[in-house]
Amino acid sequence: MKMVMAIIRHERLQEVQDVLDECGVSGVTVTEVKGCGAQRGYTEKYRGASVHISLIPRLKVEAVMQAEIVKTVVDKLAEAARTGDHGEVGDGKIFVIDVEDAVRIRTGEHGPATVKHAERAMWGH
Amino acid sequence: MPSSDLRIALSKRKPLFLIAAGFAFLAGVIPLAVAADDNTATQAAGVAADTVWVIVTGCLVMFMQAGFAMLEVGFSRMKNVGTVVAKVVTNLSVSSIAYWAVGFGFAFGAGGIFAVIGGSGFFPTFSPGSQMNLPAIAGSTAPAAAKWFFEFVFCAVSLAIVWGTMIERTKFIVYILFGVPFAALIYPLISHQLFGGGFLMATLGSQDFAGSTVVHLTGATAGLAGLLLLGPRIGKYEKGRSNAIPGHNMPLAQLGVLILWFGWFGFNPGSTLNATNLHFADIVVVTNLAAAAGAVAALATIYFITKTMDVGMIGNGAIAALVAITAPSGYVEPWAAIVIGAVAGVIVVVGVLVLDKVLDDPVGALPAHGLAGIWGTLSCGLFTVPALAKFNGVGQGGFFYTGSLHQLGAQAIAVTASFLTVFVLSYSLFWIIKKTVGLRVSAREEMEGLDISEHGMWGYPESFMPVPGGVYRQADTPTVNPLRSPEPVGSPARSEGSAA
Repeated sequence: MKMVMAIIRHERLQEVQDVLDECGVSGVTVTEVKGCGAQRGYTEKYRGASVHISLIPRLKVEAVMQAEIVKTVVDKLAEAARTGDHGEVGDGKIFVIDVEDAVRIRTGEHGPATVKHAERAMWGH
Repeated sequence: MPSSDLRIALSKRKPLFLIAAGFAFLAGVIPLAVAADDNTATQAAGVAADTVWVIVTGCLVMFMQAGFAMLEVGFSRMKNVGTVVAKVVTNLSVSSIAYWAVGFGFAFGAGGIFAVIGGSGFFPTFSPGSQMNLPAIAGSTAPAAAKWFFEFVFCAVSLAIVWGTMIERTKFIVYILFGVPFAALIYPLISHQLFGGGFLMATLGSQDFAGSTVVHLTGATAGLAGLLLLGPRIGKYEKGRSNAIPGHNMPLAQLGVLILWFGWFGFNPGSTLNATNLHFADIVVVTNLAAAAGAVAALATIYFITKTMDVGMIGNGAIAALVAITAPSGYVEPWAAIVIGAVAGVIVVVGVLVLDKVLDDPVGALPAHGLAGIWGTLSCGLFTVPALAKFNGVGQGGFFYTGSLHQLGAQAIAVTASFLTVFVLSYSLFWIIKKTVGLRVSAREEMEGLDISEHGMWGYPESFMPVPGGVYRQADTPTVNPLRSPEPVGSPARSEGSAA
């Protein structure tokens, strides 16, 4: 199992969710986060005083899936989260992390079966 | 005999004659009686109109408390908003009682002491339509109770202005300890000078129609005195740099501005204390024009300086212009109102930018009420229409009409005297409070926010509780986690435990 953790712009969330649905990913967790990349934020004016905003708001999208679909998901997700055709600075990043185990709380079952939801892919989204 | 014929003829006609005479008498008398009734009715209607006007405008001015509350809330951080509204309600309440007890008598009572302060009318009682001996406002036919209410809400506005400079770090008790003497003595002193027939108004002829100096400069000066003793918020000035501490809600701050603008239609036009001479309608127009010019001028100025259309500054511009037009509102023409308002809009933006380098005034009260109050009071000396000076019976025309600097001089003396008096008294009072109970909360309390440290609750609980929508155990519920002591921090059990 792998976890895909993507930092994306708020306005790309719907496209990213569409990709996850399309690939049959079973669940997703979205968190509002603040952070910065190489640009280190931007400068604003408040009552004439300049204010440096070093941490800017983004969304963190986390989804755990079976290892074999990760490559497809990541490629499609990157395309979905990109601004315009060529992308812009600040579009975010995708990280892929190994997941040791998963437990379905309702039934107590362990392992990759808990994140399997392949039927979804055949629904033709 | 002709004579007896005549007598007979007269006696025969006697009833007719009497009836005719009776009609003639009634025809003469009834209109007179009706006219007398008419006069009484007209007078009563006039008194009623004046009274309704004074009370209604007083209510508008009272509603300005909501404007100050929202303005300060908007410019505060989320952790310090509950304390602002608690302060506004508490100050309105304590000043009500203090002003009733002695403030009104000091401000307007007859038998003043050397034209410094009024000397009667303490603890006033009222009955329907009753009057008191209030020489300076005797021209208004409204009963004393209406006048008391109108003058009180002005005092409450002045007190509300004091705290804009001191929010986010002042101990709550200070609001009460300063508010009572302010409403009882400091405000009434200045009010007596310029509203209540004191030396500045009666002898010198200084004009202040609705209180640019009496209400606004007085409030801002007390705020300056407090701020100098209080110091800036933690984190405002670091390494010689002035940091921005943005307020949490611009819509609320601007709602405050609009409520104040609305309330000003009570503040200035109501200061006629008179609806029947119709002067108030002109004052509504000049008040609105000045505010409009102030907002536009502030927008232009901040855009010119920083290339941003700062939301707060546009509102500050409107408020500064309203403050400035307050003194001249009963004395000037519409074109002058636009000039006065526009200049105030420029003053407030430059004032905020400059003062922010050295004084931590979160809402910009010093430029908006202090500098604009000074400008507004002085502007009478330039723009007062001679006919209106005569109409109001105070001072004379301004420089642009008379070519004389006399009125400007009278205005400058009023500003200087009021500033010095209020500053010395307020500084002394704040100094005593600082040395006894202290002005400022501890650094820890300031960091946690005054809502939780002073009032034990948050203005926005769901923004601070660990999990919104969760449930919370009582603090004394025993815990089963051996790593977490059930005793409050610093209790003997805890210190023994950590020593062991």
